[in-house]
Amino acid sequence: MRSLERMSWPWRLERRVKPSATMRLASSPIAIGAMLVTGFVALRAIGINPVAAFRVFFIEPVSSLYGIGELLLKATPLMLCALGLAPGYRANVWNIGSEGQFTIGAIAGGGVGLYLGPAIGRWAVPAILVAGVLGGAAWAAIPAYLRARFRASEIFVSLMLVYIAQLLLSYMVHGPWRDPAGQNFPQSPPLPDNAVLNPLFEGMRVNIGFLLGLVLAGLSWWFGRATAAGFRMRVGGLAPAAAAYAGISERANLWLAMLIGGGAAGLAGICEVAGPIGQLQPSISPGYGFAAIIVAFVGRLHPFGIVLASLLMSALYLGGESAQVELQISASVTGLFQGMLLFFLLAAELLIHYRVLRVSPMTRVGGPA
Amino acid sequence: MNLQSWLAIAASAVTAATPLVYAALGELVAERAGVLNLGVEGMMLAGAMIGFAVAVSSGNLALAFLAAAAAGALIALLFGVLTLSLQTHQVATGLAVTLFGVGLSGFAGRRFVGLPVAPLHVLRVPWLADLPVLGPLLFRYDALVYLSVALCALVAWFLRRTHAGLRLRAVGEAPDVAHALGESVTRIRYLAVLFGGATSGIAGAYLSTAVTPMWVEGMSAGRGWIALALVVFGTWKPWRVFAGAYLFGTVTVLQLYAQGLGVHVPSEFLSMLPYVATILVLVVICRDARTILLNQPASLGRTFHPSD
Repeated sequence: MRSLERMSWPWRLERRVKPSATMRLASSPIAIGAMLVTGFVALRAIGINPVAAFRVFFIEPVSSLYGIGELLLKATPLMLCALGLAPGYRANVWNIGSEGQFTIGAIAGGGVGLYLGPAIGRWAVPAILVAGVLGGAAWAAIPAYLRARFRASEIFVSLMLVYIAQLLLSYMVHGPWRDPAGQNFPQSPPLPDNAVLNPLFEGMRVNIGFLLGLVLAGLSWWFGRATAAGFRMRVGGLAPAAAAYAGISERANLWLAMLIGGGAAGLAGICEVAGPIGQLQPSISPGYGFAAIIVAFVGRLHPFGIVLASLLMSALYLGGESAQVELQISASVTGLFQGMLLFFLLAAELLIHYRVLRVSPMTRVGGPA
Repeated sequence: MNLQSWLAIAASAVTAATPLVYAALGELVAERAGVLNLGVEGMMLAGAMIGFAVAVSSGNLALAFLAAAAAGALIALLFGVLTLSLQTHQVATGLAVTLFGVGLSGFAGRRFVGLPVAPLHVLRVPWLADLPVLGPLLFRYDALVYLSVALCALVAWFLRRTHAGLRLRAVGEAPDVAHALGESVTRIRYLAVLFGGATSGIAGAYLSTAVTPMWVEGMSAGRGWIALALVVFGTWKPWRVFAGAYLFGTVTVLQLYAQGLGVHVPSEFLSMLPYVATILVLVVICRDARTILLNQPASLGRTFHPSD
């Protein structure tokens, strides 16, 4: 049986002796470029002028001060969630339930704000943020416990918990927390004034969550480079056998990764609800928790890369909205671009570990390749 | 509750189980070849959208299911090119496939939201369908239900009894050995992944033409993930996976009927049941490390490159 590669490809892959450092930096820009080119061709194919569309998609949304504020605002939850996921992905812990931890963080923080907010004065904001972190971390503790204790895959458990969290939120706003003055809309009362995150600047909506994201990026850079726990997590992901031999606890890595991921996602959730949304409602996220998975990879699991990637992904969201209004194409074009970007990125990663060699037609046809 | 309503519940449980059977059997074959494709949800949605679109525009359901299988296989091919030829990480790529499938089906299916479609019609098996109790219980389903049973038998026979099935399992258990013996690991894995994509596409089209005959963005609502969990639950064995799908079909349907049965629990909590059940089932199966160790294909999730 001839192999597929030999049948058709004029190229061959050869594993590099050492991963290429250049390609490590270049792979994300290559993927972004490939996404843009594909988008260009695709838009042309469906009869939309790509240059005008790119203007609508990428330039117009950020051509005002308010627009730049929106870019930072939407980057916030993506950045927070992705920063929380990255240490886990490096340690081979696959938390894909960020969206659920985000939702529970919003419920926990929102609940504290609604019911304790008026009583605790200026402590309300720190209290809701802490409640958000704890809520998200508690939700992530479920898959952590079930994997540590029963070896149940955290991939499935964390994902199932997304649906459960969303149903719980829906129950809360349809039932016990429904605003009596809300004309029967399924939504909670607005959070009290002392429990909301005010905009950082006049004329923009971006709030302190963005700064918290930057601080978290700095912290996680320090955590990964300068702490023993960060080192143990990296080793656990790169060489599980060596890690076990060196006495590094797989269980400790798992717990740490899940709690960091859950806490960060919970913080993102409460920053959305106490920020731009202002109350609990059935839908509080256009899939930030899932898009954060892409952000983490596009940022190459590096804290500063993630900050840049979250800005890019935020631009895709804004572009999708602007395209919906001006070009009458569905906002789900954003999801399409996101998925495509991740494909290109994964493919581009190949260049880090493999060298692409051209096989001359002679050897292909005649001798053994 | 009388006999009639219990029979109706049983029949809708079968309808709810059938898409899970298709999706899980396809994934089972891919996993037995060593490939973990987490993109089932995305492939299902692509199949649901394309199947629905073809059914609406052509009125031909056979064509709709063929198109859905092709759509699922096409997305699986993308997954294959990335993981098998380009050596990308299977978990990450599978997630990308799901996110891509959700976006693509939502974008392309916008025109079809809210349109009606003639649902898959029921085949009454002559004479047998008129039997009391057994008739409605066993002999009044659409063709896809009967085909799903046949598919399960076929997959079980293929894996256990055929030479090709043995080669596929060898590739999943020990790709290095299979490669050394002259097998093309990559080619066999491609075929297994494409098969999984096609059945996921069929599962999706069954959702949008039989279970709930309409197209809504994200309508699979986690069923692709449940199918993935079912493969673990069924310890990579076709008939156990089949039984698991029927168990989940029953849970899904009981949840819908519970309110009629006088259970006064908020509907949100009842809707959580299939997801909670998935978690419980995984815990029960994975509790004993030996179950997984003895049954899981040894190379599951690892990339293989002939030059390594």
